[in-house]
Amino acid sequence: MKKYVPLIFLFIVAIFPLVVHNAYYQHLIILVLMWVVIGSGWNVIAGYTGQVSFGDAAFFGVGAYAAGLLTTKLGLSAWWGMAFGGVAAMLIAFPFGWICFRLRGAYFALATLALNEVMRHIATIWEPLTGGMVGILIMPSFVSKIPYYYIALALAVFSVISIQVVMHSKWGYYFLSIREDQDAAESLGIDTHFYKMVSLNIAAFLTGMAGSLFMNYMGFIDPSVVFSLHDISIMAILVGIVGGVGTIYGPVVGAFVMVAVHEFFRTGFFGLFKGLASLTGSHAVTVVAKYVSEAHVLGFGILVVLVILLLPNGIVGDWDKLVGRFFRQRKKEVKD
Amino acid sequence: MILFEVKNLIKHFGGLAAVDGVSFQVKQGEIFGLIGPNGSGKTTIFNLITSYYQPTSGTVHLKGRNITGLKTHKICKLGVGRTFQVVKPLGRLTVLDNVMAAAFSRVNSKEEARGLALETLKFCELFHRKDVLARSLPIGERKRLEITRAMATRPELLMLDETAAGLNPSELDAAIELIKKIRDKGVTIIIVEHIMKVIMTISNRIHAINYGQTIAEGTPKEVANDPTVIEAYLGDAYAHD
Repeated sequence: MKKYVPLIFLFIVAIFPLVVHNAYYQHLIILVLMWVVIGSGWNVIAGYTGQVSFGDAAFFGVGAYAAGLLTTKLGLSAWWGMAFGGVAAMLIAFPFGWICFRLRGAYFALATLALNEVMRHIATIWEPLTGGMVGILIMPSFVSKIPYYYIALALAVFSVISIQVVMHSKWGYYFLSIREDQDAAESLGIDTHFYKMVSLNIAAFLTGMAGSLFMNYMGFIDPSVVFSLHDISIMAILVGIVGGVGTIYGPVVGAFVMVAVHEFFRTGFFGLFKGLASLTGSHAVTVVAKYVSEAHVLGFGILVVLVILLLPNGIVGDWDKLVGRFFRQRKKEVKD
Repeated sequence: MILFEVKNLIKHFGGLAAVDGVSFQVKQGEIFGLIGPNGSGKTTIFNLITSYYQPTSGTVHLKGRNITGLKTHKICKLGVGRTFQVVKPLGRLTVLDNVMAAAFSRVNSKEEARGLALETLKFCELFHRKDVLARSLPIGERKRLEITRAMATRPELLMLDETAAGLNPSELDAAIELIKKIRDKGVTIIIVEHIMKVIMTISNRIHAINYGQTIAEGTPKEVANDPTVIEAYLGDAYAHD
């Protein structure tokens, strides 16, 4: 039964835009699918290989800019960027990993944070190429959201399946060995530096493709959007942690939860406060609504604290525990 | 035939000479014991051989080839397996996955790795624990897992770093049996050990060091009766009795 859950889930997501024509909900699911790709990428390097990255936005942004620049500078369709965005991100990941995988643990994480900021500054300062803070604006290829939806879905399915394949191969075993004990891994004949590079490049490739998709879909990027530390890099970590670090479907669940939470706060509990304000006519409620919708980062923080306390392995990793808790409660109720 | 050789190995940590000119040769198929009091540099020698540290000077040779300073994983691929004194299980993986990760150094497909791992687990008598997470093993079985993992890399030379420390008497006998079994398979063994019962019964030759320098080498009997060795272990009051 458990085996079919992903397939049933995939089926529901696949027919979703045919049933729900509301552009807003389609937009949300497109975002979720994009985050599935980014989260899966982060999961490979951080969840499976144990090299925590705080700089996913660097790869995301490079992918987005690659797609954008191919259009504005070379006049190619931005869809070429889908092919080159991932490769462009790998071109950044390669020298970065080569140098920085000499660092271990928290020091590597700090280096990824620096990469994030360096890339953001390059995109800001190198105006002749990137347009600086003005950003890049391209004409979207489609008016309808449906094509974007299925491209995002294909990309998400591709990332989940390819990671599953990788994790059942020699590479997967080597990634896990490096995470568990790098010295032991070396003694078992594992070239830890090389395999960390492989892992980082897989992550960069997927994240870069997600960036290209973002460029195509949104039609506009600027450095503060695509190289954003808290909107991209930290969000990628949250998707991984909430869903379940080191699990295939963790980033999928994490993406749904995080996008939902993000929207929940951004819209002020889906307009609840706005409704209350207009109902009561109270100025205080309006003010509260304004602060609540701006406090989504705080909401993220609380959510992460709760997840780490209650479900340290994420929703997928601790699924049995989660289910067990509900069942035990129900049994008690029956007894009472 | 000389399988393995260390020539005038020196390692300085700042002003401390942890290993100070150690040389020895290991013959094909023998069990070579390396003994010395705490802090005499035994584990440092292991770490120098497997390139966790770079020697200040001196060379390491395997089958006549100079392997000094090669990357750790290359040395493993050339046929040198090792265990760690402080065991390093891949905690959140099962015992089988631990051994499979090692087996991948010789084969590429998952099926082959699984086959090699299961075979090695049977050989090392850890098969019954294959589906248990490595971190839930007790210390005796963790030590055995270290050996099993090293054996799955198909070594010609196996370096055991205190694999008998912390074992109870029956586990100790089992460990000795396993080491003999590995030798009978044709694997040359260098063993660092404090437990005299182990080292004296199974070693063909013993090399004793103190303060990073060689103090004796010979058969177990010769080394056990060597005054410098007795002095190093028990103090000079016992050395001349």
